[in-house]
Amino acid sequence: MNPNLDVSAIRADFPALHQQVFKKPLVYLDNAATTQKPKVVIERLQHYYELENSNIHRGVHHLSQQATVAFEQARKTIAELVHAANSYEIIFTRGTTESVNLVASSLGRLLMKKGDHVLVTAIEHHSNMVPWQQLCEQYDSNLLVARFDQQGVIDLEHYQQLLEKRPKIVAIAHISNALGTINPVKEMISMAHKLDIPVLVDGAQSIAHCPIDVQDLDCDFYAFSAHKAYGPMGIGVLYGKEKWLEKMPPYQFGGEMVDQVSFEKTSFNCLPFKFEAGTPNVGGVLGMETAMNYILEKGYDAIAAHENALLAYATQQLKNIEGLRIFGESPNKASVISFLVHEIHPFDLGTLLDKMGIALRTGHHCAQPIMDFYNIPGTVRASFAMYNTFEEVDVLIQAIKKASAMLR
Amino acid sequence: MSIESIQQTIIDEFSSFDDWMDKYNLLIEMGKDTPMIEAQYKTNNHLISGCQSRVWLHASYRDGKVYFTADSDAVITKGIVNLLIRVFSEQTPDAILNVDLGFLDKIGLKEHLSPTRSNGLLSMVKQMKMYAQVFKLKNG
Repeated sequence: MNPNLDVSAIRADFPALHQQVFKKPLVYLDNAATTQKPKVVIERLQHYYELENSNIHRGVHHLSQQATVAFEQARKTIAELVHAANSYEIIFTRGTTESVNLVASSLGRLLMKKGDHVLVTAIEHHSNMVPWQQLCEQYDSNLLVARFDQQGVIDLEHYQQLLEKRPKIVAIAHISNALGTINPVKEMISMAHKLDIPVLVDGAQSIAHCPIDVQDLDCDFYAFSAHKAYGPMGIGVLYGKEKWLEKMPPYQFGGEMVDQVSFEKTSFNCLPFKFEAGTPNVGGVLGMETAMNYILEKGYDAIAAHENALLAYATQQLKNIEGLRIFGESPNKASVISFLVHEIHPFDLGTLLDKMGIALRTGHHCAQPIMDFYNIPGTVRASFAMYNTFEEVDVLIQAIKKASAMLR
Repeated sequence: MSIESIQQTIIDEFSSFDDWMDKYNLLIEMGKDTPMIEAQYKTNNHLISGCQSRVWLHASYRDGKVYFTADSDAVITKGIVNLLIRVFSEQTPDAILNVDLGFLDKIGLKEHLSPTRSNGLLSMVKQMKMYAQVFKLKNG
């Protein structure tokens, strides 16, 4: 156990962890889908709706002024968290999916012409693949897909070959939600930049687990959601370099994002408001800020050390189970383990584990091409957060053994 | 046997188990008795669209009654499929169209028929009723 992380104190902060399901203590191992929320986040949302609720940026009254200040302070906090050069490079969205769609739609209109390509990898979540695939269809072009190997590691030679086809945009996951692979995004970005190709990084799986420095990565866009990092659902971030955001056309139209409006012509607001049409999710933004501060208070280093120790322990214990196969064995891996036992269907295993109080995910994890690659119907996936314990891993191992015996 | 008495039999079979694991053990065992779909019908045309486990279903009609055969690649799903077949098979189209699946609630398996469960069982019930409707129209 990492001495810097007081896991039992952390657990006390998360009300949802202290309940029973089917008369068994809940073991929550579905963190790659969404994490539970600490009390401070829940209280922040409640405080906003009890005492601060008002529409921002427009009101002259006290509440509106106060909420506007808090909202823009949150933008600064997020900018500092990901080391953005300017806080107006932080756009609030509904989440990673909307962030990717925003860039696909807006940067697509700016850069794409008939026959132009977009490059993704074969381990993308559907939400960082389907928007690009649809964009390519619109421009009568092909989606280029970089291969990965049996271990779940991207084939960088193949990636380089595809870059030489001069795609207009590259979109890559920082961490694979299905396999746990941590991609060498800094290197991949640098490879794309040598050919002047902008890169979007899908950071949905990374924001809760590792520090992000968008300037060091030199990515052009970075997308993530609050709910996978202890924050509320329905709120997320798109970081974009100023040089792109300035040139890109707006994604949606309405209030807030406009400057001058007449029936003849409308001019658009400056960054970041140009990309934030309509009343934003103010409570969500404040809740996200609290969640990010919670992470910073615990420390990314301490969190990563604890999660890596859990990953190593769980991997070793799982490998001792007869017939168990792990999918995704990249040497550089986040705390996500996908597995199958013998020929047992993941749905069967997941159903029985659920009845033993263990929440995890079964299926294709919104990454069907990965399952096709391994020729499997899906996997069972356990994913860890800062509040998980070694004892919970032991419960998981015993439960898998019991369920497997029943299902064979 | 009437649909009601078949359902009561199933409720009785499950009633002796309190523990979830025992219930699921029974379900897994029941799956092994599923009237197996003939290989020629185990095709995409007979696949019920569900998210996680696959279910193949075939129906035939003889002497006023509908007969179902099926298979699934997941054993728990197959157990539930067999429960549904026990209830629906060898019944008239009208009986199938009017069936109330309250027994699933009584044995604690109602969750498997919720739309969020994404195992295709809700679609399976719809498909069974669809077959019944078609046989009724063709032979009515």
